[in-house]
Amino acid sequence: MTEKNEFWRWEESRWKNPDLDWENAEVITLGVDVGSVSSQAVILCDGELFAYSNMRTGYDSSESALNAASWALEGTGLTLDDIHFKVGTGYGRVNVTFADRNITEIACHARGGNLMYGPTVRTILDMGGQDCKVIRCDERGKVVSFLMNDKCAAGTGRGIEVFTDLLGVPIGEVGQRSLRVEMEPEPVSSTCVVFAKSEAIGLLHAGWSTEKVLAAYCLATANRVVSLLERVGMVKDFAITGGIAKNVGVVSRIEKILGVSALEPKYDTQIAGAMGAALFAKALAEKKAKTG
Amino acid sequence: MIAHYGYKDGSGDFFISIDTDKCTQCSDKPCLEACPEKIIELFTDDYDDEVVGIKASERNKIKYTCLTCKSTFGAGHAACIEACLLEAIEHSW
Repeated sequence: MTEKNEFWRWEESRWKNPDLDWENAEVITLGVDVGSVSSQAVILCDGELFAYSNMRTGYDSSESALNAASWALEGTGLTLDDIHFKVGTGYGRVNVTFADRNITEIACHARGGNLMYGPTVRTILDMGGQDCKVIRCDERGKVVSFLMNDKCAAGTGRGIEVFTDLLGVPIGEVGQRSLRVEMEPEPVSSTCVVFAKSEAIGLLHAGWSTEKVLAAYCLATANRVVSLLERVGMVKDFAITGGIAKNVGVVSRIEKILGVSALEPKYDTQIAGAMGAALFAKALAEKKAKTG
Repeated sequence: MIAHYGYKDGSGDFFISIDTDKCTQCSDKPCLEACPEKIIELFTDDYDDEVVGIKASERNKIKYTCLTCKSTFGAGHAACIEACLLEAIEHSW
């Protein structure tokens, strides 16, 4: 029996700030973003990033939330009981059983994006595992306008995963390899991943290279999200969060179609939601301390 | 805040846009009663404002749910739009 490669599997990660000591912090907060594909936990000490984890969501959202939080806490000397306020967000936010409050991922991405990309960011495109969000925000990271499309997988991480398995290309290589084409091909269907996959199989049979098919899919994904961006209205500065923000093939095509450059991320693009949740947690902890 | 509820699929764009800044100025929220399918709900948003939105269970099928109402009022119109005196609600189709 041949071994089945998991081309879609992306690298889980964690990070701890070596320059911060949590014991000197007045307010320690936790944000946990339980998404459809990945879960993240971010710990802030007085609003500064102390540690984070980024891992795949399992079948049990409550367990995924706890796993993400435990992984971020691991080796820090901190426990959940030391955290002053915890906020859950994402699809599975109601299952973050240890959270003091849950807040929508729309508001959290805006707040997190504001910290990650700076106060000049006005439009955030979050390309998640199973949905795509366009968020316009003000200089404080408050949502001005938003749109979320979670009806179909086109333009999401799940769509890219389908193509990695179809073409046998590791997910981390999709973007770079899609750029290895002399001329941009016509995009495949951008309205349905199932149809796009069928179309891609036909193109492979017609002699298209793997790179050309990847280019056609990355372009379709870019077209798809640009139409959503246009509905809300693109205002600079522009930033992309979520897993697909790491796919240079999709990002560069979005930039080309829109004629703008996306801001360079300071942190892992997948932690924006959890970062926002942790920032909300800080504000709520301070409010709680004031009001008793 | 302008909230766009709905979706884009192979058959087009189906979004109900609600300007929640206008919503907060409206005490009666007549759209809640006007919607024949009762898909609009009152809730407290992340910034602690009491606003209306489309029920989560309805967001991905508004093309079908709003069909009867829209066929009565005509393209671009609906009972919720007519009921909102502050013109806070728009439909994309």
